[in-house]
Parts: sequence; structure tokens; C-alpha cells
Amino acid sequence: MTKDRSSGDPSGIDRSRRHVLKAATAIAAVTLAPGWQLIAAAEAKAPGEPVTDKNRWGILVDTTKMDKATCDVAVDACNSEHGLTKSGHPGQDPQWIRRLDIRDPQTGAAHSLPMMCQHCQYPPCADVCPTGASFRRIDGIVLVDKHICIGCRYCMLACPYKARSFAYRDIEDPKPHSPRGRGTVQSCTMCVHRVDVGGIPACVEACNDVAPGSMIFGDLKDPESEIAKRVSEVVVKRVRADLGTDPGVLYLGV
Amino acid sequence: MIHALRLLCAVFLALAVSAMNAPPLGAEDGRVPLPNLAKAAKGDACVEPAEVMRREHMDFLKIERDRTMYLGIRDGKYSLNGCIECHATPDPEDPEVRTVEFFCDECHNYAAVRTDCWSCHNPRLVEETPGNAARLPGHSDAGTLIGQLKDHLAKGAPTP
Repeated sequence: MTKDRSSGDPSGIDRSRRHVLKAATAIAAVTLAPGWQLIAAAEAKAPGEPVTDKNRWGILVDTTKMDKATCDVAVDACNSEHGLTKSGHPGQDPQWIRRLDIRDPQTGAAHSLPMMCQHCQYPPCADVCPTGASFRRIDGIVLVDKHICIGCRYCMLACPYKARSFAYRDIEDPKPHSPRGRGTVQSCTMCVHRVDVGGIPACVEACNDVAPGSMIFGDLKDPESEIAKRVSEVVVKRVRADLGTDPGVLYLGV
Repeated sequence: MIHALRLLCAVFLALAVSAMNAPPLGAEDGRVPLPNLAKAAKGDACVEPAEVMRREHMDFLKIERDRTMYLGIRDGKYSLNGCIECHATPDPEDPEVRTVEFFCDECHNYAAVRTDCWSCHNPRLVEETPGNAARLPGHSDAGTLIGQLKDHLAKGAPTP
């Protein structure tokens, strides 16, 4: 519904940013103290104010600090935060975050990373949605308005990250802050109910408890935020950057 | 003319009020029983007077939902979870559970309205688990502290 196409060229690929990134590689990276974490509340909006495009929420995932167990911590934290329980039909269970184990076949190097909704600047799911239920909120969080979702699942096909799940069954005891219902599509909300009141996503909180610095949440548009400083120092990976979706979830060490 | 209309309205209103004050008609009279709403579990007054809530609660809820979903405004007074907090009543089958379904159904059944809220939202009163809202800065003293800090910065440092 809300698509901000004011920045970047029509192809959707922000080339100027790539030049900036190239230049950034030449600058010696300053390592921040591990575990140092921005308290997002200081510059976040008050709970009663509307969101603005002055923010763009993002998550930087440092896969060099993550192993399989850390990824599982993120998955478990998400499941308990949003009440994603097993239905007894594994193929139909929702997956808001899933662990990807990847391996370089030439070198054998392997590691794991959490994969979830990438909260794209140009989300293909919102492009294809016939009712406008999939939308990108102006502060960069991609959501499903389940009140108008008809469950056609076009968005699930369009998403290059396979980030969305369909609710095949009635949801037993949904969490009050995370309503979900049969016949609608669901995905990572970047814990919007927490972010709106100045909190951080559950996965980020849980991962930083076990592996400090493994996930950084913050405002990509705030130059003073930890995530913005970090992405200006190191080359980050945008998954399927060739598609020009400009994800808000960025990866290090992939 | 307008005066006459007003008078007519007043008469109708008076009739309607007296009808509501009359003892509820039971099913034995061959009529659908009038709604008999349980008193709210807490608080003295609803967010709006009862007459306004009867007519407009659905609009309040719909506007609130869009403000929350699209604008991220989460402290509105018309939130659905706010309804549940006050109007959840014990479930006859399991008195441990408090649910708002009976309160809602009381009128909706009378008016033959079917709502679809509870296929996604939880009608039961759920205590927030620790580590959830309790740990959010916006819900704790941190928010107040940040506010005070901002005020302090806006005013500037006190001169010695």
C-alpha cells in the first residue's frame, strides 16, 4: 500500500549506495566494542505518535558470531513471542524465522544464518497483493493487514526469501499483541508491537543474550545509531541484491 | 416545525427509555430476551458514555485498528485489548478463564450480528508474560526517565 519510490533509480537498485559501499571498504573498519548495543528508545517515537519515514528499521545479522544454536535461539524466541506452536502437521506450521545452513562446496566452509522477512524497501509481496493487505509501513516494516487478506498466497509465491507462511488451521490462543488467523498469510513483523513502544525484536534480544553483537536492530536512517555506523564501516550482504528489493535485514559474513 | 420534531423525538426517547427500564421480557413471552450486560470488571466508566459505545463502538474499533496497523499508534483508548481488560467475564465452563465473548455476544445475538474478531484475536484475558511488555522501555520507568532527560536537555543545564 505505502510504497516509497522516491529514492533510488527506477530499476529499484540504488546505485549511489553501492558507490558509498565501495568507498567504505577502503576505510579501515573501526571495531565497536562487542556487545555494545543501542537502546533504541532514546530516539524512537512515543507510543502515541504516528510512524514517519524519518526512520527505517533494520536488522544487521552478523553471521560470524552465530552458530546453529544461536540461530535456533532466534527461532525459539520468535516462536514464543508470537505463539507459533506446532500443529502436528509439520508442513503447515508457520515459520517466521528459519535457520539456513549454508556451505561453500569448494572450501567446505559452513555456517548458519536466520532467514526471515527481509522488510524490503520495494517488497514484491506488496506489489502482487490483490487487496492491498501486504504493505510496507512508512518506517520500513512490511506487514500483512489480516483484516483484508483473502489468503490467496500470491505474496508467498512472489517473496524471493520464502519468508511467509499461511495459516492453514485455527490458531489456538493467539497472543494478544500478535493476532493471526486461519486463511491469512503471516510473516515476521519485526516485532512491530515492541518497536512501536521503543523496544527491540524478540530475536535480537534473545540472540544478544547468548551471542552479544550477533544481531543489531536499529534505525538505518539515523547516522548515530549503532546499525547505521556499522553498515557504514563494513560491507554488508543483501540477500538477492540483484532483485533490487533493498532489504532492511542485512547480513555480515555470508 | 423543528420544535415539533424535537418534541416527537423526546417522546420516542422517553418511551424507549421507559421500555428499557421495564423488566426484561423473557423467552416465555415469545420474545427474544433483551441483552443483560455484565458490569465491567474494573473502572467506573467506559471510554465513552454507554449510549455512544452502543452505537459507535464498531467504528471506534475499526479506526483504532487502522491507526495501530498503519500508523503504529499503540496507546489509543479504543483498543480491542482494552475492551477485553475490563469486560472479560468468567467462562461458565472454566471459571479460571475470563473471556469477553459473552459480553459481546449478549447484544450481538440479540441484534443478529456475527462478528469475526475472535478467529484471529484472543478474546481471553491473557496476563502478559514477563520478558514481554514488562521489559519494553515504553512500558517501564525507562520511558519516564527518557522523557525527563529530554525535558532536561531542552531546558539546558541549570546555571550554578
